[in-house]
Amino acid sequence: MKAASFDYERPTTLAEACSLLAAHGPDAKVIAGGQSLVPMMAMRLARPARLIDISRLAELQRVVAPLQGDGHFIVGAGVRQCVMEREPLARANLPLLARALRWVGHAQTRNRGTIGGSIVHGDVSAEIALVACVLDAMLELHDTSGITEIPAREFYLAPMVTAILPEQCLAEIRFPVWPSAAAHILRGCAFEEVSVRHGDFALVSACAQLELDADERCLRLELGIGGAAPVPLALPEVGAQLTGARLDEAAITDAAAAAADLADPEGDLHASADYRRHLARVLVERVLRAAKEDAMSKARADK
Amino acid sequence: MSDEQLYSISIEVNGERREALVPARLSLVDFLRDTLRLTGTHVGCEHGICGACSVLLDGEPVRSCLMYAVQADGRRVTTIEGLAQADGTPGVLQDAFCETHATQCGYCTPGMIVAAHALLESNPEPAEHEIREAIGGNLCRCTGYQQIVDAIKLAAEKRSVGAAGK
Amino acid sequence: MSAADYKGFRYIGKKRRTKEDPRFVTGHGRFVADIALPDMKHVALVTSPHAAARIKAIRTDKALALTGVHYVLTGAELCAAVDPILPGVDAPRVTRYPLARGVVRYAGEWVAAVVADTRALAEDAAEKIEVDYEPTEYVLDPEKAIEPGSPLVHPLHGSNVLYRRKFVWGPVDEDFARAEHKLALRVRWGRSATVPIETFGVAAQWDPGRQLLDVWASIQMPKYPDQTARALRLPGNAVRVHFDVDVGGSFGVKRGIKHTVLVGYLAKKLGFPVRFIEDRLENMRGGDMHGPDRIFDLQVAFDSDGTIRSLRIRALDDVGAYAGRSPLQLGKPVGAIVGPYQIHSVEYEPISVMTNKTAQEAVRGFGQSPTNYALETAIDRVACELGMDRIALRKKNFIRKDQFPYLIPSGTSYDSGDYHAVLDKALAAADYPALLAARDAARKIGHLAGIGISSCLEPSGANSAFEPLFNPKNETTTWMDSCLVRVDLSGAITGVMNTSSAGQGHETLVATVLGEVLERDPDTIRVVHADSLNALPSNSPVGSRMAIMLGGAAAGAARKIKAALLAIAAHNLNKDVAQLEYHEGSVGVKGDAKQALSWAQLVEIAHRKFHQMPPGLEPGLQAKFVWEVPTGGALPTADGRVQMYPCFSFEAHVVLIEIDPATGQPKLVRYACGHDCGVMISPDIVHGMTYGGIAHGIGAALYEKFAYSDNGQLESQSFMDYLIPSAMEVPAIAIVDHCTPSPHTTFGQKGSGEAGYLGAPAAIACAVNDALAPLGTTIDALPMTPLQIWTRMQLVRTGN
Repeated sequence: MKAASFDYERPTTLAEACSLLAAHGPDAKVIAGGQSLVPMMAMRLARPARLIDISRLAELQRVVAPLQGDGHFIVGAGVRQCVMEREPLARANLPLLARALRWVGHAQTRNRGTIGGSIVHGDVSAEIALVACVLDAMLELHDTSGITEIPAREFYLAPMVTAILPEQCLAEIRFPVWPSAAAHILRGCAFEEVSVRHGDFALVSACAQLELDADERCLRLELGIGGAAPVPLALPEVGAQLTGARLDEAAITDAAAAAADLADPEGDLHASADYRRHLARVLVERVLRAAKEDAMSKARADK
Repeated sequence: MSDEQLYSISIEVNGERREALVPARLSLVDFLRDTLRLTGTHVGCEHGICGACSVLLDGEPVRSCLMYAVQADGRRVTTIEGLAQADGTPGVLQDAFCETHATQCGYCTPGMIVAAHALLESNPEPAEHEIREAIGGNLCRCTGYQQIVDAIKLAAEKRSVGAAGK
Repeated sequence: MSAADYKGFRYIGKKRRTKEDPRFVTGHGRFVADIALPDMKHVALVTSPHAAARIKAIRTDKALALTGVHYVLTGAELCAAVDPILPGVDAPRVTRYPLARGVVRYAGEWVAAVVADTRALAEDAAEKIEVDYEPTEYVLDPEKAIEPGSPLVHPLHGSNVLYRRKFVWGPVDEDFARAEHKLALRVRWGRSATVPIETFGVAAQWDPGRQLLDVWASIQMPKYPDQTARALRLPGNAVRVHFDVDVGGSFGVKRGIKHTVLVGYLAKKLGFPVRFIEDRLENMRGGDMHGPDRIFDLQVAFDSDGTIRSLRIRALDDVGAYAGRSPLQLGKPVGAIVGPYQIHSVEYEPISVMTNKTAQEAVRGFGQSPTNYALETAIDRVACELGMDRIALRKKNFIRKDQFPYLIPSGTSYDSGDYHAVLDKALAAADYPALLAARDAARKIGHLAGIGISSCLEPSGANSAFEPLFNPKNETTTWMDSCLVRVDLSGAITGVMNTSSAGQGHETLVATVLGEVLERDPDTIRVVHADSLNALPSNSPVGSRMAIMLGGAAAGAARKIKAALLAIAAHNLNKDVAQLEYHEGSVGVKGDAKQALSWAQLVEIAHRKFHQMPPGLEPGLQAKFVWEVPTGGALPTADGRVQMYPCFSFEAHVVLIEIDPATGQPKLVRYACGHDCGVMISPDIVHGMTYGGIAHGIGAALYEKFAYSDNGQLESQSFMDYLIPSAMEVPAIAIVDHCTPSPHTTFGQKGSGEAGYLGAPAAIACAVNDALAPLGTTIDALPMTPLQIWTRMQLVRTGN
């Protein structure tokens, strides 16, 4: 399983990378970690004539915690998954991403795979893509004519198909960080996934990040499901429905049912569409319970 | 030979600078095995699942079938051959594998030892579930993993004794 | 492992590091892909995209135009130049060649081979080969394939049935009529295989000066050099297979005849060495290494007190589009057809059928694991029907330890065993009462949990009498193995084994046995692999035979050496052998320490002092031993009874499984295995293979399947979809040993190469079904994936 031959470039700046993309268009592909691209090239399902290696571009390695007043955590597209796993600032500001990363492949693939690479690859079950959608991240795409911003929630069009144009390169992802809350407000998050073996592609995944008041009333909720639709699916409408209500078992069950209704899964060798829809409901219930417990446990810890 | 464009690369492999002219599509594992004749690293699937190709890249375990040699230009690679001691005798981990009989056909073993080595470097006293997770990306068809887990536990003990003795 | 079983052994049964491990942990194994021959070229394949089609044309000009491409071989050329590979049953019209001959019969079948400077270039060229196909009808369902009117995979054969026979051993109809109860069940063993991490590879080089084909391969196959030579129309001594290549796991599947004929032909024709290493896709789709794919229909006749009287078993096995030894995998279970139970009569109808799928090959256990799965599931059903405890039912029907040797209805005698003791040990190791409590506690809070128990035989020794049983034209009864031992002038011992190894620790086995007999430290004994020109006869490591056969051969050769040493000493000390004693290589007069000759002295006399040699003894110090499998040598009777394997190891598995009721995901919580393979020559090696066999069994039971689409495409053709258990899926396993020595072997050893795999799928399947029992349902097919489990639960819940 040897790749078809290709030319290799290692530009030293992002601008240079964009120039190369502009010059070679659909025949060129960007490579960072290669954990998704290289297997496809080995099977000759992908056969770019030119690979543009962006893995060493310093401009894509930024990890910037939010400054006071600016509630965004910036992650360069070329930041490796293992770096985000280990980075304390990341775990503090983006706990949902930290939880999701534990499910992403294996340690060896996280040593090479990048945040941006996972996002651009467009796999319907990619954990990082789901978190980007759920947290309503903004993607910053560069090309020779400038910068285009697109919300993650609009980036995914179909399985493995995103809005990126052949001449564009994802440079940064801006994750909104929920602003510091008053002391009585409890925040929690959770990420759950069902796969056949540990480390496999998710059959279905779900995640949630929420804020509760002392009465378990839901003040804010973002959630979403992966692997259960043609794209990673943020479910702001379900979150909105729960906002203001007590997050009791009935509310959780209703939310999960609503999520399952919005799911639009495919069947394959490992999971039928019905199974996926069922898993979507189960996992949404689980992450809502777990996120709530995460929030409540912090309250207990503070006491 | 072929008409493919060749690229000049320089990679430090097991402490030695190695230079070569290679096609872009030559994978790192094929470069190690066929160009450098370091055949200890093995090919099992060529799509990044089995882990038989695991090597250390700047000290971190990666799948060398998922990298092209050109991507490793200027980097530092350690293979199973580089994990022996300076005089060639097996290290503590390799010795532990022999003690518990953690290898049968030997095919997954180099990748498994690389993964185990990386674990012990970052987590010198791993619990069993941490061991299993660290080798969770290295498939073995012979051993059922039990004696491998035993070997890693044994190596961890021996390393801590060794460290304590210093 | 009780000390009493191993008293009196010096090295056997003791913990000892293996000889093989040091080279593997340092990356110095020598696998076929590590061998670089000067000027060597590489092969890539063009494979069929269709399940069945006629090949109308193959155009190779674009491929040949690429730089670095040397040759393109198609079936038209190859099939005229080599002889076909035939199945192990009598089906002369079912011919197989390495490349398709005019028609393709499965998606993935090899159509053309490209030879180029590198594998990458060969793949580039393969893409440029244009093949015109005319798709034809195909059949994928084995039950449809046996019906008249089905599309025929091999029209000249006249049907898709490769083999079919109904064996009736004992008064089955009477026993069924007299029994108080009957039940019927169907279970399905899904197509999976042992899929080693190393794919198959072969390199060949033709020496025109010597007219000799050298072959290096990742091989585990009896009569491989002979079959290769025959297909290439070469005399047997024109092929030299190097058995010293390390094989990266095989577990039955690496038979590689078609690969070798292809590469051998190319090497001979093109005049430079040629190497073909399957990539993973070639391996999964077209390596012809799939395992049994079997539907069992069983009927059980039993009484209210739990006595199982009789069995009817119909086993329909889908071998795919071609067959090598695969139909014979229905035959080996004949030698253990009643499992460990005293069942009075059996009717067995094996049917081997062809479909348009990848060809099946031998897999670990050679059909015994699927059969054990069927038997054990049936036992559990009987228990359920009677409301009887599964353990009590098994124990009631077990052959008792005082009943050995025990003759089963199909003509095989089991040598020894104590099934009650091993099951009890396994239950104790699992802490069965705690397991029950854990299961019941889980159930109380709405979880699904189940305990699975299996008690299964591992026939060992490979008296492969299924060959003449299934093909009376093949009157083969010789299943020998051999060993040569040399003591050189320096006094160092070298043992020579005559086949390849794939991780079973044979070098350690031989060294331990030689050391035991000669009372010399096994660490000082070297074991090497012969090549096929200088090898003594062997039937390769199949059928859990090497501890028995190679161990026995090594012991036999060592005894000859010992006898020679005693003779030399007797002659030089002027005594009868009876007055002498042998101790750690030196020989002295009993009771007189001063009258002795040391090992070094004896060796020197043997090699250099002919004037001191007893008359009639050959100079030097070497011996060979070739022997037939114990209890072998008889052809089957007309009604299909025969002594099959000589030695019967036994395993009892006790498993606790939990199933997430919301997702259907299974989790193995507790795993214990009681194992009796007689005397273990090397406990670490035996345990290692048992753990590995259980991991294989976990894969077959829960994760692994070669799944086909409706148009015959293999959907699980990479490791992304064919799911091999990792260290996260295989739990910690407790093995507890028991020893009932075999009366047939030198040290009482039995075989253990298939241990764990033969009982694990049965136990796990039974555990899943125990977990589903409160829902009133069962799953009757493997693998029991989360999707299968959830779908079944859902069917129950929605009242379907």
